[in-house]
Amino acid sequence: MSPAERLPAPARELLKGDRRALARLISAVEDHDPAALPSLRALYRRTGHARVIGVTGPLGVGKSSLLNALLKRLREQGRRVGIVAVDPSSPFSGGSVLGDRIRIERPPGDDGVFVRSMASRGHTGGVAAATREVCRLLDAYGMDTILVETVGSGQVDVEIREVATTSVVVLVPHLGDEVQSLKAGLFEIADVFCVNKSDLPGAETAAKDLGELLGLGPASSGWRPAVVTTSTKDGTGVDSLWSAIEAHEAYLDRAGLRASQERERLGQEIVGMVAERVARDLRDGIDRDPELAQLLEEVVARRIDPQSAADRLYRDRARRR
Amino acid sequence: MPAKSSNSTPIRVLIAKPGLDGHDRGAKVVARALRDAGMEVIYVGLRQTPESIVDSAIEEDVDLVGLSCLSGAHMALFPRVLRLLKARRAGNLPVFAGGIIPDGDAKALRKAGIKAIFGPGTTLEEIVTTARKLARPHA
Repeated sequence: MSPAERLPAPARELLKGDRRALARLISAVEDHDPAALPSLRALYRRTGHARVIGVTGPLGVGKSSLLNALLKRLREQGRRVGIVAVDPSSPFSGGSVLGDRIRIERPPGDDGVFVRSMASRGHTGGVAAATREVCRLLDAYGMDTILVETVGSGQVDVEIREVATTSVVVLVPHLGDEVQSLKAGLFEIADVFCVNKSDLPGAETAAKDLGELLGLGPASSGWRPAVVTTSTKDGTGVDSLWSAIEAHEAYLDRAGLRASQERERLGQEIVGMVAERVARDLRDGIDRDPELAQLLEEVVARRIDPQSAADRLYRDRARRR
Repeated sequence: MPAKSSNSTPIRVLIAKPGLDGHDRGAKVVARALRDAGMEVIYVGLRQTPESIVDSAIEEDVDLVGLSCLSGAHMALFPRVLRLLKARRAGNLPVFAGGIIPDGDAKALRKAGIKAIFGPGTTLEEIVTTARKLARPHA
């Protein structure tokens, strides 16, 4: 039996270039459908080739339009491009309006592009829980560049770092004074800063302020984030943006960071998966496990505090294993 | 991969306006109502070609497609979307429509395979209920 024959059918169809198979596997990943696991396992070995570029920033700064401009450029270079665009799910209804696709223009029948909209489905941090796995499917499908657009991000939405090798933080003029960029969070994760809407007044000042502040930090890491200005109205600066992204990618190779960062990310991913399972077991246990229920009663009655209950629970579980 | 059947995962629906028609208020109101009913709405909006609508439907793996047209070109555009879906082996994907569609045309469109047609005066509740039934007939 050849290795190809041993692949599960959905994986085989995906590798043959079947777009529906890819689309359905993405849904299965999003829905945590266990039927997709054999395909995911089989495809993992075929991943690790694509560059994953994250585009993040507050809502309305032009992330989707920038993606569209980058897509055009990348297709002219003959690259095969996957786009994953995340928008928020409603905390009330669970529903979502996914509106990033509206900005993406492409010639009909171009099979070198695959665009997928994702709802965050309650996951915080700027991406969806399944975003990483979806990128892997696009990678296995043969997309060499994957652009990930986060939800309109706030200061703490930095999880794109766990997904992308280069993170672009998109800003616009007049978002706030220089003190904003001293704050922790979003401003720390940028490999490239992009001041978009440069046709508006204040863009040059914003870029200059950013550049000066970046100069204040320690130059220990070896990479000082680039600052570019763009306007998607006429495409100004889009070439510079892509050059800055490529420069960072080249730096990762040059400094030997690509492998070590990937290793770190995969470690985090595995730990996260285990943590999620343990947490789910424990949560289910509160209803079913009499010991756990008893412990909870003690806390409710204020005979012991939550921290001590957690310590006891952790110790007991560790001993049992 | 078997077709999606689970009731706990959100219904995914594409809302698009084929052709040259600038009136998108209705489509937006419907998108919002479906969102509030817990669905994931991929909203691609104005001036879509039937080809791009079908591309989107397939890439987004939607359970349902909603088309809106107020320009009078529905007899050309809607059946073309249905034909293209069939050609891409997605002929079983339910398509519903809304807009200014005369009764005679509506009859012909239903015959061509449009599952539901909503004219002016339809309540959002009716649209949501029908969309749910079309997306998950066995739920």
